[in-house]
Amino acid sequence: MILRRPFFWIILLIAAGFIYAPLHGNNVSLREDLILVAIAIILASNLNLMIGYTGYVNFGHIVFYGLGGYVGLYLTTVRSWNLMLSALVAGVVVSLCAFLFGLAILRLRGAYFALATIGILQAVQAFVSNFDPWGRSTGMYLSFNSYQSLGGARRALWIAYFLIIAVMALSMIVSLVIKNSKFGLGLFAIREDEDAAVVLGVNATMYKAIIYSVSAFLPAVAGALMFFKNGMIDPSIAFEYMLSLEGIVMLMLGGQGSVIGAALGGTLYEKLRSYLLTSPVLSNFHLVIAGGLLLMVVLFAPGGLIGWLYRLMPRARKVIE
Amino acid sequence: MSGVLASMIDGLLVGAVYGLAAMGLSLIWGVMDVINLTHGAMIALGMFCMYLLFAAVTINPYVLLLPTIGAGLLLGIVVYWMAVHWVVGRSMLMSLLSTFAVNMMVIGIGTAVWSTSPYNVNFVLPGITIGAYTFTGNHIAAAISAVVIALALQFFLYRTRTGKAIRAVADNREAAELMGISSTAVLTIAFAIGIALACTSGALVSTLFPFTILSGSVYQLKSFVVTILAGLGKPFGALVAGVLLGLLEGVVTPFIAVSWIPLIEFGLFVVVLVAFPQGIFGKRATA
Repeated sequence: MILRRPFFWIILLIAAGFIYAPLHGNNVSLREDLILVAIAIILASNLNLMIGYTGYVNFGHIVFYGLGGYVGLYLTTVRSWNLMLSALVAGVVVSLCAFLFGLAILRLRGAYFALATIGILQAVQAFVSNFDPWGRSTGMYLSFNSYQSLGGARRALWIAYFLIIAVMALSMIVSLVIKNSKFGLGLFAIREDEDAAVVLGVNATMYKAIIYSVSAFLPAVAGALMFFKNGMIDPSIAFEYMLSLEGIVMLMLGGQGSVIGAALGGTLYEKLRSYLLTSPVLSNFHLVIAGGLLLMVVLFAPGGLIGWLYRLMPRARKVIE
Repeated sequence: MSGVLASMIDGLLVGAVYGLAAMGLSLIWGVMDVINLTHGAMIALGMFCMYLLFAAVTINPYVLLLPTIGAGLLLGIVVYWMAVHWVVGRSMLMSLLSTFAVNMMVIGIGTAVWSTSPYNVNFVLPGITIGAYTFTGNHIAAAISAVVIALALQFFLYRTRTGKAIRAVADNREAAELMGISSTAVLTIAFAIGIALACTSGALVSTLFPFTILSGSVYQLKSFVVTILAGLGKPFGALVAGVLLGLLEGVVTPFIAVSWIPLIEFGLFVVVLVAFPQGIFGKRATA
């Protein structure tokens, strides 16, 4: 069924492009650029499940990415598990945590939930900074042996890259599948009017807890892979509040509620950010520009770029989801 | 044992400042149903406002609260017309995001100007010594200032025409408009007061602890906890709840590391939200 959606094939094409481009000529600097874009797309797509589909703002989305990184690095280094298994386990553990958290805080409606997510971020960061097995505030380093088992550092980095691209494609496919499912319809109903949805038989608390834990899974896997690639982790990198916020800017810029919107916003914003960070004049002001961009989108174009495209070409909805 | 008591009294004093910060958040939330995510940034700006004023004219910083309040009011009007006016009455998502965008801009500019290194206002009032414990004068003065400002706000809201208009708009905006109240003007004033309260509490905090441009977020979290404890739109309840939170911090700090405090506050936040959705001082919902 999903195979008959033209957009499914577009996603695969994008992923193939991501894999082919740096492999062609063994271009490592291109790979490092693309990896940041891929992470941006993963974060924005999964955030879209909460903000765009369900109408619940999650300010602390980065918690999943950071926790995934911690669990992954702990398993690969301390327990010397292999990379794929640790990343998978990291994803499962983090989404289980998210499910339990979700059952507690998703009884909160709308804005109260948004506030709780800020609290979660600070609470988890406080916890990890005090947690002995994870090295408190100094964090953890990857032992070099973990690279050896994958055939040396150079190969290990490429493997991590391919896996991250796979997670990116999977993020978009999950968004697409949910959008076209009965479960997705339930989420949209919650977004439009939660009371009405409950009256019509949508188990809102359960739906919200499930989507919250689904939106945790792939970012956690991506975190495990990314921090494996970086070789180290500490609380301030893992739970970078700014990245959490920038995820929201990406999503709003591209267009909340749309699969390609999240990906497009992630790509454009990441490009803009790396341009700003490397420019000598503007490097200090990238947050100001991001904030200004978000304000403009909220005030003048709440649908983002994709909303604008849909208005220009209503038929584009059929192909570009 | 007496160490715990001393720590509690100190917590009580600092709690009054938390309460003042939360009053600003609570006022804006109650009147226009907007959760002001610029709150933390405004607290941080208040800290730096005090720092700059104190560096320019070295007089008692508690006198400098007056110009800080003025600056806060002006800032509030600017932010209201920049980001808030257009989203009042639209979905909560939009007002969360627009105030949040302003927050990013302020933090971005602040980081560029002051970096994230710590600053402090170098001023010490003589303290009061009881037995082996000394309560610093700054803590006492800050608490007194916070209570005085809170009382002034209470008087303004309940005894003046403008204050009554603000409460009327909070109760029912359409009915208030039918009675001839210009709700736009009222919302601007209420927002400006809310921001001024945030700046003032930031200024008070700057006389107690060292701070960075990012410090605001810690007090923002505390303000949320306090506002939830007090129930929405209950400014004076916010002061009381702030003192309670300070007291709680005072009780736990002798026993655990300070870095655990966000975890405790967050736990409190969720428990209160789930158990008392109307706040501890709020009325129970009838339906």
